[in-house]
Amino acid sequence: MDFAFTDEQAMIAETAHAFFAENATSPRTRTAMAATGKDAGIDRALWTAFCTELGLSGVGIPEAMGGAGLGMVERAILAEEGGRHTAALPFLASLGLAAPAILAGGSAEQRSRLLPGLASGERIASFAVASADGAAGAALGDGTLTGTALHVPHGAVADLFVVVATNGVAIVERGAPGLAVTPLTSMDQTRPYARLDFDSVAAEALADPRAATNAAFVTGWLAIAADALGGAQACLDRTVAYAQERVQFGRAIGSFQAYKHRLADMMVEIEQARSAVYWAACAIDEGSDEAMFAVHAAKAFACDTYSHCAGEMIQLHGGIGFTWEHDAHLFFKRARSNASLLGAPDWHREQVAGLAGLDRAA
Amino acid sequence: MRLGFSPEEEAFRAQAAAWLAAELDGPFADVRHITSLTASPRRRRDWEKRLGEAGWSCVGWPRAYGGRDATLAEQVIFAEEYARAGAPPRLNHIGIELAGPTILAFGTEEQKARFLPAIARGEKIWCQGYSEPGAGSDLANIRTRAWRDGDDWVIEGQKIWTSLAQFSDWIFVIARTGEGSNGPKGLSFLLIPVDQRGVTVRPIHQITGEAEFNETFFDGARTDAANILGAPGDGWKVAMGLLGFERGVSTLAQQMNFRNELDAVIAAARANGEAKNPLIRQRLAKAEIGLKIMRYGALRMLTDAESGRLNPAALTYKIQWASWRRDLGELAMDVLGVAGETVAGHDYAFPMLPNLFLYSRADTIYGGTNEIQRNIIAERALGLPREPRGDLK
Repeated sequence: MDFAFTDEQAMIAETAHAFFAENATSPRTRTAMAATGKDAGIDRALWTAFCTELGLSGVGIPEAMGGAGLGMVERAILAEEGGRHTAALPFLASLGLAAPAILAGGSAEQRSRLLPGLASGERIASFAVASADGAAGAALGDGTLTGTALHVPHGAVADLFVVVATNGVAIVERGAPGLAVTPLTSMDQTRPYARLDFDSVAAEALADPRAATNAAFVTGWLAIAADALGGAQACLDRTVAYAQERVQFGRAIGSFQAYKHRLADMMVEIEQARSAVYWAACAIDEGSDEAMFAVHAAKAFACDTYSHCAGEMIQLHGGIGFTWEHDAHLFFKRARSNASLLGAPDWHREQVAGLAGLDRAA
Repeated sequence: MRLGFSPEEEAFRAQAAAWLAAELDGPFADVRHITSLTASPRRRRDWEKRLGEAGWSCVGWPRAYGGRDATLAEQVIFAEEYARAGAPPRLNHIGIELAGPTILAFGTEEQKARFLPAIARGEKIWCQGYSEPGAGSDLANIRTRAWRDGDDWVIEGQKIWTSLAQFSDWIFVIARTGEGSNGPKGLSFLLIPVDQRGVTVRPIHQITGEAEFNETFFDGARTDAANILGAPGDGWKVAMGLLGFERGVSTLAQQMNFRNELDAVIAAARANGEAKNPLIRQRLAKAEIGLKIMRYGALRMLTDAESGRLNPAALTYKIQWASWRRDLGELAMDVLGVAGETVAGHDYAFPMLPNLFLYSRADTIYGGTNEIQRNIIAERALGLPREPRGDLK
């Protein structure tokens, strides 16, 4: 049995933990939330530091393409630590969705041209699923794309897009004529969405669209699940700290059973979410038969856990937890965004049901 | 980080599986797939002896006491294969999982040599005497007394919820030996033969209709002065050490049984078409996910335990599986519908799934209720202040 971090993984976790704790502070996050246009929802200085100083931004991208190598477990570690601080970074968009799509579905030339810039943080990418408004769907033809993509995470700050169309997957550059990027006011301001409108915009097809899409989804689901794990843990940690200092009726509120039982339930769920996330990460890295089952399970379970814990965080803080000033709403909104993005928990459980053959006839 | 077991561990798995299959296809086919805790006690006693002869009874114990020196991983693997093979519940599970490990941890050499091989060979069946009518979750509040009389301890009092006492040869008891003491002070841990004039066992029928547990009365019962574990007054320490075993390795074995139970629920849902009901299907998927998560949670905790780390996450395990199984019992009844409400024949004895629904209501109570577990998690893992007590000044 070896289901624990290796020494190297433990070191990465410790380094990432310290990095985010020191830098992804609430004031910086709030500055990023308030920004508009090209800086909406991104702490650029933090992203640059993450990509260059920490040296882990290219996680999952081979070293030959400027990445840090490593695998899904390490990617989960980074997503978890970022999620713990609701860091305003395009980690999911650029490294959790777009980069894996290019790595899995791009030609050798596309990979070596596009990936080093993403690993170094010089460029940011995002991932979009496009359709034609009310019509049959966005189609890729003659090297151009027409249609619309809604809800593109960190779309307003991205320099290029991996776009899934009905008949292929393409790369679209931010500055390409015919592309309109509209930032959307988003509930979670630390990961805001944008709308993309493509009007015969120049699009470069990826070599293997199916591999690109699969990789983006699998990695994205796992990155969201890990983000949810880190966020849920932060909700618990911060509420425990509050329970120890806040006094009512002459006692720390954390000594009331009604209060401590709810915190205990949060921990019970979080430890299960932790098992789910690392099981899924490991299963993908090992190419296990269980990998798809595991990643759907992790996305469903961890997102439910985060939603529950973030809601409890507000409730257990009382009135202060409902204010803009307190950070509780950052977690609450990220939890909601994580649950909605790339398939809600019910949808993922349906996939598990299918994989387990639950509705096959007797 | 790695998911599976090593090739050596998998070889051990194959060896265990082959032995179990040979026995349960052959001489012990009649006990295969028994799930009731009280059914066929005589044949299950034979089965305990067969396991002991072949060295498969207490695989984690030292060879010197009848075990096999199995590693933690091998213990889990054996438990998994045991359940996968449909082998019956261990009649002596208290002896194997609680009494034995406690004697191993706290007993003298003489006590180990006397009691452990007899458990491993399946010769002596044990039950436990912890709870009393006035001391359930507030376990330190026990009133059963014991005092020295020449070369004996004499015991007076009453225990309750003594599982399988009706089949047992020995019982371990925490009794108050410190005159005038209260709470966890002044308790001693005594080992007492059941078959004697001063011990009366009266079965308690539970909501399933079975009588797995009992009231046990001590009225001038006696045991040899040497049959004390630890020193007089150490009883609480010994008892708490034992609860640690109960919450630790022994609970991991259950997952393969849970797998069998979930498979039975799924089979029922496929058979009557309920699996096509999206609400039922969602819950089945939730159960599948929960079971897998428990497995990898257990692997996480065991990996830590093997390298000598104590992960506070282990404190969440009891509540995880107890709640999961209670939910499965409810799901089983929702799948069966009204068909689950009746049983053929005149005996109040339901088949596996309705019985699971009834029985799983015990899971969230015994071994520390979910509420006690939450206190433990909140205080020991999260460091929250202790709940003020009314009786300790």
